[in-house]
Amino acid sequence: MDFINAIILLLNYIFVPALAYGSQLALGAIFVTLIYGILRFANFATGDMMSFGTMFTILFTWYFQSVGIGLGILPTALLAIPFAVFFMIGYMLLIDKFVFKYYRANKSPPVQLAMVSIGVMFVTQAVVRIIIGPSDRRFFDGEKFLIKAGEFKEITGLNEGLAIKSTQVITIFVTIILVSALFWFLNKTKTGKSMRAYSDNEDLALLSGIDPKKIVIITWIIAGILATIGGALYGLDKSFKPFTYFNNMLPIFAAAIVGGIGNPFGAFLGGYVIAFSEILLTYAYKKFFMYVLPQSMEPDGLIQLLSTDYKFAVSFSILVIVLLYRPSGIFKGKVL
Amino acid sequence: MRKNLNVIAAYSIMMGLIILVGIFQSWNIALSIFNLCLISAVMTMGANIQWGYAGLINFGIMGYTALGGLAAVLISVNPVQEAWSAGGLNILLSLFLIIGMVLAVRYVLKKYEKSKNRTYVIATIIILGIIIIRFVSEPGIEAIEEVDPAKTGFLGGFGLPIIFSWIVGAVFAGGLAFIIGKVALGLRADYLAIATLLISEIVIAIIKHEDWLTRGVKNVIGLKRPAPYEVNLQQTDWFINLVEKFNSGKLSLISDLTDRQSALNQLVIEGSSVFVKLCYSGLFLVVVIILLILTQKALYSPWGRMMRAIRDNEEAANAMGKNVVKQHLLIFVLGSAIVGIAGAMLVTQDGLFTPGSYRPMRYTFLIWVMVIVGGSGNNFGAILGGFVVWFLWIESAPIGLYLVNLTTAGLDDTHFLKVHLIESVPYFRFLMMGAGLLLIMRYRPKGILPEKIEIK
Repeated sequence: MDFINAIILLLNYIFVPALAYGSQLALGAIFVTLIYGILRFANFATGDMMSFGTMFTILFTWYFQSVGIGLGILPTALLAIPFAVFFMIGYMLLIDKFVFKYYRANKSPPVQLAMVSIGVMFVTQAVVRIIIGPSDRRFFDGEKFLIKAGEFKEITGLNEGLAIKSTQVITIFVTIILVSALFWFLNKTKTGKSMRAYSDNEDLALLSGIDPKKIVIITWIIAGILATIGGALYGLDKSFKPFTYFNNMLPIFAAAIVGGIGNPFGAFLGGYVIAFSEILLTYAYKKFFMYVLPQSMEPDGLIQLLSTDYKFAVSFSILVIVLLYRPSGIFKGKVL
Repeated sequence: MRKNLNVIAAYSIMMGLIILVGIFQSWNIALSIFNLCLISAVMTMGANIQWGYAGLINFGIMGYTALGGLAAVLISVNPVQEAWSAGGLNILLSLFLIIGMVLAVRYVLKKYEKSKNRTYVIATIIILGIIIIRFVSEPGIEAIEEVDPAKTGFLGGFGLPIIFSWIVGAVFAGGLAFIIGKVALGLRADYLAIATLLISEIVIAIIKHEDWLTRGVKNVIGLKRPAPYEVNLQQTDWFINLVEKFNSGKLSLISDLTDRQSALNQLVIEGSSVFVKLCYSGLFLVVVIILLILTQKALYSPWGRMMRAIRDNEEAANAMGKNVVKQHLLIFVLGSAIVGIAGAMLVTQDGLFTPGSYRPMRYTFLIWVMVIVGGSGNNFGAILGGFVVWFLWIESAPIGLYLVNLTTAGLDDTHFLKVHLIESVPYFRFLMMGAGLLLIMRYRPKGILPEKIEIK
C-alpha cells in the first residue's frame, strides 16, 4: 500500500505537471526549431510572439463570454484559439513582409537576423502591453478538475490524492494531436517534404524547383499556429502575464537546443527533457522516502537536490552541458 | 576637424537635449538622466569592445552588471562579526573545498588521456564534491542567515570605500567571463548569444537566492557613498553660502527677511541634491574619459588591427598565425570587465543593491540596442548610443503622453480608448526602442556614427 502511495505521490507532483509543462515547452521549442531550420535565425521574439497569440485568445474569450457562447465544461478559450491563430498568422506575415524579408533577400548573416528579432521582440512586447496591459490574467472557465484529490482518495482509499486539472489533460491532448498532425505534414505531404529539403540544403532545394516564398509563408503559418496554441495552453494552465512569457523564451530555447536545433522531433522531446529535469531536481522527496523506506530510516531533511528557486537554472545548466559535449543536441540536429 | 563634424554635432545635440530637460523639467531629472547615460556609456563601451572590435556576441551583460553590483556590496558593507563567527568557518572551508575540487579536476584532465573512464572519474569528483560541500556549507549558511535576518543575515563585506569596488567589480566580471569564455566561445554566434543569455540568468538566480552572500531579494540598502550626503550638505556653511551666491539675483528680489530665509532653505535643499548628483557625474565622467582614451588607443594599436582582422576573416587571421581562440577569450574578458565596472558604478549611485531588479530586458537587450543604434565598432558611436537610447528610454513616457494627447485630441477625456492609451503610456518606450532598432538596422545598419577606420 505504501508503495502505491509513493507512486501516486510522484504522479501527482512530478509526472502530471511535468508532462503538461513539457508539452507547452515542446510546442514553443518546435516553433523555435522551425524558424531556425527554415528561416535560419534564432528568434528572440519567441516568448513575446506566444504572448501576442495568447492575448488574442483572451480577447476572443472575453468576447465569447460576453455574448454567452461557451463550451460547457470545456474552457471557452478552446473556441477562441482558431480565431486567435488567424490574427497571429496575419501578424507574423506582416512582420515577415516588413522586417525579415529584406534581410533574407540580402542574405544577411544569422546574427543580424537575430538582432532584428530583438527589435521585433521590443515592438511585440509593447503592443501586447499597450493592448492588454502587463498584469496577471486568468481566462480559464469551465470545469477545473478532472479528478479532485479528495475524490481520488475516497474512491481508492489511499492516503495520497491524485489531482488532475482539466487544463493539464487538454494540454497533453491538444499537443499530441497538433504534433502528430505536424509530423504527418512534414513527413508525408509534398509541401512538408519540400520544407525539409529547403531546411536541409537551400541551394539544392531551389534547383529542384521549390518555391522559397511559399516555404517561408507556410513556415510562418505553422509557427503562428504553434505559438498561439502553445501560449494559450500555458496561459490556461497557469496564467497569462507578458513578463512570464518573455521569460519562458529561455527554457524554450534550452529545449530546442537540447533536442538538436533544426530537428522538430528533437525539440518535441527536448521540451519534456527540460520539464522533467526541472521538476525532478527541485522536488522535495521527503514524503516519497517516508513511504518507501521503513520507519527507522526516515530522512530528516527535505531531500531536495536543489531549491525550487533554481528551477530555471537547472534547464540552463543542462543546456550548457549539452552544448559542451554534444553541440548538435541529444537527438542530432543541424551540425553547427 | 571637418571629418569629426558629425561626431561633434551629434554630441552637441545630445547635450542640448539634456540641458533642455534641465530647463523645462528640472535639473535634478536632467542630471540623473545624465548620470545614467554615463553608466550606460560604460556598458556600451564594454559591449562594443566585444561586438564592434571582435564580432563576439555577448547577451550576458546583465550577469556582469549584477556581479559588479555584488562587488560594490562586498567591498563597502561592514563585515557582520556575528555572522562570521556563526558560519564563517564553514563557508571558508567550502571555498577551499571548491578550489580543491577544481584543482583535482584539472589534475585528472592533465594527467590522463581522453577516455570514457576519465569522464566518469571527473563526474564522480564533481558529484562527490558537491555533496560534501553541501554538507559542510549547509549548517554555516543556516547559522549566517539566522543572524538578525531583518537587518543583516549575511556575511557582510570588507568595509572599504565603495570606489574600490569599481575595480573589484571589473575583476569579478572578468573572472566570470573567463570561465564562460573557456566554456562557450567555441560556439557559433547565435548559440553563443543564447548560451551567454542563459548563463547570465543562472548568475542572477544565484545572486537572488544565496542570502548568506547577498541578502538575496531582501536587498542591501544604505551603501556608503563616495559623495557627501544631502542632509550634511544642507547644514554646512560653505554650501549655503555658495547657494546664496548663485541665487543672489533671485533672492535680492525678495524683501521680506523670513520669506527670504525660507526661499533660501528651499534652494539649499534643491541645490544639495543637484550638488550630490554633480559629484557623481564628475566621478563617472572621469571613468568614461579614461576608458574612452584606453579603448581608442587600443582600437588604433596593432592589437586593435589584429582584432578587426580576426573579426572580418577568422580563417585568414588564423592562417597568418594569430591565435584566434586566445584573442577572443582576452577580448571577452576585457569587455565584460568594463561592464562589471558599470555595474559597480550603478549600485554606487543608487546606494542600494536589489538583485530582483536585474532583468534581461533592461540590462542586456537595451544595452544591445544602444550599441547597434550608436554604431558598433566606433567608441564615440557606442557612447552616443548609450546617451540617446537612455534619454529616450526615460523621456519616452512624456513624449508618448504628448503623442497620445495629440492623436486623440478629438476624443472626450473620458473616452475609454483615450483613458486606456494614457494608462499604457509607460509601454511606449518598448515600442520606441523596437521601432528605433528596426529602422536603424534597416536604413543605417552601421549606426548613427558608423565605424571609421583610418590608419594613423
